[in-house]
Amino acid sequence: MGGNSPCASCKLLRRRCAKDCIFAPYFPSDDPHKFAIVHKVFGASNVSKMLQELPVHQRADAVSSLVYEANARARDPVYGCVGAISFLQNQVSQLQMQLAVAQAEILCIQMQQEPVMPTPQMDPDDKSSYLFHDSLPQYLNFSSSSNVIHDSFKRESIFGHDMVS
Amino acid sequence: MSHSTRCAACKSLRRRCTKDCVLAPYFPPTNPQRFACVHKIFGASNITKMLEQLPLHLRAVAADCMSFEASSRVEDPVYGSVGIISQLQEQIIEAQSELVKTKSEIAFHNAQQQL
Repeated sequence: MGGNSPCASCKLLRRRCAKDCIFAPYFPSDDPHKFAIVHKVFGASNVSKMLQELPVHQRADAVSSLVYEANARARDPVYGCVGAISFLQNQVSQLQMQLAVAQAEILCIQMQQEPVMPTPQMDPDDKSSYLFHDSLPQYLNFSSSSNVIHDSFKRESIFGHDMVS
Repeated sequence: MSHSTRCAACKSLRRRCTKDCVLAPYFPPTNPQRFACVHKIFGASNITKMLEQLPLHLRAVAADCMSFEASSRVEDPVYGSVGIISQLQEQIIEAQSELVKTKSEIAFHNAQQQL
């Protein structure tokens, strides 16, 4: 980082941007909004503490997710990110139902074709049978009463790269 | 509120819990961990500010959501609740692909029936 231009964080906090500023690699001066929103929601000292507790190679992802969360909370001050989680959980439930219906239909077809077939052996490792049944923990018990459904979350990729969790 | 029934926030911040404490309804003393999480991630003054900006009838849900986000971040300091969003998005893609596969099997069987 060039010694002359302070990072966005130090600019906002009106302080000297040290050579080892913890924010500098992740909050360049050309994107002041990025730090502003994170500071507004989490506070600069909390963010600094969180980053300090992480190994360096994980900090970029941590900043990206904090920015995402902060923006979500700015857009929806009640539900924040949880609005998206609720929406996506509903989508998963709907897909589970559709999949169960389709799988039942396949079973019917198979049973019609071979009426004397013994009870089908369900392979417990077969991902296509009862996929996701009980495998998705219920994170929330919120009713989806949020008025703000984040349409952007349907297709938005959170990070520019593939995230391995 | 008397000294012995301070909310979790005021207990943690070692201050008097007044009758109109903003945080008291949402951070009862019976669940100190809940406030500890939000305090660590958002900070007491940010939480207070965020709740104060909301109408009363929305504050309980907002506090619950912020608690959830804070505890998710404590559990996963890199991705927090965004990690859950990513997992759900991946599961949706998998489920959609499985559904397409199953539906095309049905279509194939139906087509064969008609032959």
